[in-house]
Amino acid sequence: MASLIARFPAHGFLPVRHGDVILSEEIPEAITALMPYRGQSRALSAAMKAAHGVAFPGPNRSTQKLPAQAVWTGMDQAFLIGVPADATLSTHAALVDQGDAWAVLTLDGAGVEDVLARLTPLDLRMSVFKHSHAARSLLGHMNAVFIRDGTRRFTIMVFRSMAKTACRELEEAMRGVAARQAR
Amino acid sequence: MRIDGKGMINRSMPISFRFDGREFQGFQGDTLASALLANGVVLMGRSFKYHRPRGVLTAGSEEPNALMEIGTGARKTPNVRATVQEIFQGLQAQSQNRIGPLHRDLLSVNDIFWPFLGAGFYYKTFMWPRRFWEGLYEPIIRRAAGLGALSGQPDPDRYEKAFAFCDLLVIGGGPAGLMAALTAARAGADVILADESAGFGGRLLSETEAIEGKPGAVWVGETLTALAGTGKVRLMPRTTVTGAYDGGTFGALERVGQHLPAAPDLPQDCFWRITARRAILAAGALERPIAFPMNDRPGIMLASAVRSYLNRYGVAPGQRVAVFATNDAAHWTALDMMKAGITVAAVIDSRADAIAQGDYRLFAGGQVITTRGRRALDGVAVRYGSNETLVKADCLAISGGWNPTLHLTCHTGARPVWEDTIKAFVPHKGAVPGLTPAGACTGVFDTAGCLAAGIAAARDALTELGMTAPDIAPPEASGDAGTGQALWYVEGKGRAWLDFANDVTTKDVKQATQENFRSVEHMKRYTTLGMAPDQGKSSNIAALAFLADATGRGIPETGTTTCRPPYVPVPISAMAAGAQGKGFQPERLTTSHAATVGRGAPMIEAGLWYRPGYFPAHGETTWRQSCDREAGMVRNTVGVCDVSTLGKIDIQGRDAGAFLDFVYTNTFSTLKPGRVRYGLMLREDGHVMDDGTTARLGNTHYVMTTTTAAAGHVMTHLEFVLQALRPDLDVRVISVTEQWAQFAVAGPESRTLLNSIIDTPISDETWPFMACGLVAVHGVAGRLFRISFSGEHAYEVAVPARYGDALFRDLVARAEALGGGAYGMEALNVLRIEKGFVTHSEIHGRVTAFDIGMGRMISPGKDCIGKTAAARPGLNDPARELLVGLKPVGAVKQLTAGAHLFEAGAEPVRENDLGYVTSVGFSPALGSYLGLGFLRNGRARHGDTVKHVDHLRGVETLCEVCDPIFFDRDGGRARG
Repeated sequence: MASLIARFPAHGFLPVRHGDVILSEEIPEAITALMPYRGQSRALSAAMKAAHGVAFPGPNRSTQKLPAQAVWTGMDQAFLIGVPADATLSTHAALVDQGDAWAVLTLDGAGVEDVLARLTPLDLRMSVFKHSHAARSLLGHMNAVFIRDGTRRFTIMVFRSMAKTACRELEEAMRGVAARQAR
Repeated sequence: MRIDGKGMINRSMPISFRFDGREFQGFQGDTLASALLANGVVLMGRSFKYHRPRGVLTAGSEEPNALMEIGTGARKTPNVRATVQEIFQGLQAQSQNRIGPLHRDLLSVNDIFWPFLGAGFYYKTFMWPRRFWEGLYEPIIRRAAGLGALSGQPDPDRYEKAFAFCDLLVIGGGPAGLMAALTAARAGADVILADESAGFGGRLLSETEAIEGKPGAVWVGETLTALAGTGKVRLMPRTTVTGAYDGGTFGALERVGQHLPAAPDLPQDCFWRITARRAILAAGALERPIAFPMNDRPGIMLASAVRSYLNRYGVAPGQRVAVFATNDAAHWTALDMMKAGITVAAVIDSRADAIAQGDYRLFAGGQVITTRGRRALDGVAVRYGSNETLVKADCLAISGGWNPTLHLTCHTGARPVWEDTIKAFVPHKGAVPGLTPAGACTGVFDTAGCLAAGIAAARDALTELGMTAPDIAPPEASGDAGTGQALWYVEGKGRAWLDFANDVTTKDVKQATQENFRSVEHMKRYTTLGMAPDQGKSSNIAALAFLADATGRGIPETGTTTCRPPYVPVPISAMAAGAQGKGFQPERLTTSHAATVGRGAPMIEAGLWYRPGYFPAHGETTWRQSCDREAGMVRNTVGVCDVSTLGKIDIQGRDAGAFLDFVYTNTFSTLKPGRVRYGLMLREDGHVMDDGTTARLGNTHYVMTTTTAAAGHVMTHLEFVLQALRPDLDVRVISVTEQWAQFAVAGPESRTLLNSIIDTPISDETWPFMACGLVAVHGVAGRLFRISFSGEHAYEVAVPARYGDALFRDLVARAEALGGGAYGMEALNVLRIEKGFVTHSEIHGRVTAFDIGMGRMISPGKDCIGKTAAARPGLNDPARELLVGLKPVGAVKQLTAGAHLFEAGAEPVRENDLGYVTSVGFSPALGSYLGLGFLRNGRARHGDTVKHVDHLRGVETLCEVCDPIFFDRDGGRARG
């Protein structure tokens, strides 16, 4: 029986709201890096579908069947988010627990692209970065994962240790955008 | 003076503002320049060098004269163009570059000495005595010649940087730009339309001509509604595209809060980086002045500016206006002024065949040969034929024709092309890939032509974008741009200004040519023409035309200077937005951060991480007291230290062992599961890259530890090796640094402490030195490694990061109960120096495995990265600087890192240098300072005495050279 108290990365900073945009922290049940061994991509994808209902995502994409979501995070790498990875997947891929490595933030509201335009060089226009698209890029100076969850909602993942900076910089951008809307 | 019924200002919204301490009133929609002119203020600044009184020359961003300081105190911004700054309630503006009040600037004495202050005067005048230059002349010259001043305080305002993307970027919202945007948007393209003014429409807002039978401004309003209706256009007013760069990238400066009263979170400016698949430059054209004698008096302004003030702002810049022009279009100024009820004193047209377009006095073939007036114009002398006459006027509208605004087309290196039919430079075809110039910036000066050019350019862009252009007919408009003649300068007595902003006259250019600065680039630098904040927008072309005549060459042979970004001044604060305070780099905080700071530990930056230096205990007043206590604690009881910042890399796959054998000098494929091994990694050039321990958790599963400093570097290296060097290996790697909170528990009582928190107690038998495995820590699945960076019986225990805070607090509390506690980087450093363990102080990038005594770790039985290069003879020379230990033996007991080593009797000069000291610390266990360093042939010199000299701190210490392992040489304490 665990007797250590768990603390989550953005504890004490969130949620915050500026203008129409809300920044909050998500606590996924699990995050597991899936890295298929050579020639195992298809088999892994099939095993993922069987176990969790999601396929291994292509580059810059994510797949979802709640509560499971698979997000492309790099060459031969995806994160399975929301459910513990089924043991059968380890036949085809290296499985690595990343559940404590990331601060998972959501940015929700009208003007969310305007907020992110101040921090990331990604082209997040709806016509380009569509629902369920995912990318690794920069958030300010930080390495981050971006996922579009809806027309006005993004999930942003940054290293846990950088949660404070990420929250501060996102909030700064949110304030600026809200101030523009209010002028 | 305001003219009733004219202008697009909002007369129901009066606005109060201050200029040089006096309160004035303007209206919403006014610029500072238009509001001051409306109040009869024509004197707005002093010139750069001669401190001559100056008024506004233009109505746009090219303004050279009316530069002002906006705001006060730390919020003051210098060199703001009054023609760009919109007024707002409470705006405070000050004139600049003066001593005393603006109308009685003491430095205007410079103007009396103007014959001595020509181009290059200070190169010749202030040559001796030589030392006077820096101490006396330069400060005086700098004080006398200059622009606005910064406050010297940190700027409390906010600034932003942002990214934007589009299919088509349209630069300029005049007739060509509006039609281009409409055409492209109707085809479904994502369009950004940027214009530097507060309102779209360009010249249409300043002229009285009609489009489709409607006033230009009405047509603009309707077009903007149509643009909004497409849902595809992002309008960016107050946004100047400042630079064109490779790959369809543009820089742009948006004035966000400059035109509004201060609001807490509202940025002043935003610097945009816009990526566009295609771009259309519809930047229009800039009217050019004429260099005639004494052409710089307040009240002399461009004819187009006079029309802007009248038609856009409802302001007559004078009561009696004269026009000096070379073209038909400037006659419109006279007609507009007459219609508004202003007296037109005369139109002086340099063309002998000029015809009056209305009922005004015309001097055909006339030229203005000088002007009168002290702080404002009161008359102009006109020469026509062999006659001369004086025309009384308080405003002179001048026009020497138009220069296409092609600056952006030159930003990637292209030079503009001289078009003789219009006597102007036009953009080089294909100057910037993906950017099409259209309208007046290509030399098309009639409105109908511009509207059509906008549509045509959009069609071309749409074709390239693979989209179908809609059928859009150009709106009906005037196709008459009039005719004109080139007149660059007027000969006569007195100075004729080319560059108003930097006070450069035709005499200066002539002098430059006489002194053989005949190339346009040399002339520019010698005279400083075009080097003011306006970058010569209204002077460069006239100056090179004058230079062409002075050197007897044509204009195309003379060529232009280079237009570089930015097109308008960009505040550094906008370009560097966010780069202040904590904005330079992210902070990486460990899970124990709050508990550590709570214990009063001063934090040290290690890369991006923050780590504790030491944990001060009650009564301790110096860091050394804390450090000595903490080091002693680890040697005698137990200490706890957060080591989560060390890089942790998860390595899996059937070839994981082979992969590690390839990147490490030593062998890992033979390591047994459940065991840890120290490893050394070389760069391709044979020098040490990093070191650390790697644990084998399973047959195909390892976890590598890197140093804190090199974690990212090693991760990149491993990715490179897998993707580029050894794609044959089936291995997957990922960083787990952030996943695990890891704590060192070190000291004779370490196992006692650990056994109190892990579910299954361990012993030497079950968990010997260099063992690793899974444990349950308070029921949480964790990992335990029996490794030691202190030389003591020690462990590192890891739990998922969410439990890090709780575990750290628990470990420290238990350690304290055992007489120990938390220790920081200072004690950690002392403990590892005592053991001779290296860090990046030693493996700093220039040392080999041989240098640090680990040459034999390069396994002879296999290949590894860096092995071949490390075998080069020069890298294994015993005469190299080799790792040694140092102990003080003389009267002075202090050692310092960074000191150099010399023979005991040698003079401590560079030629006698034998090596250097990399790490030092005071060892409470041995009661002495200890040092690690590199000494020539050091391994053969154990027992010798050398001299440690720190020239910077003035420390000279005699040391004994010894083995780098000072404490517990056989390692018995760690093995238990």
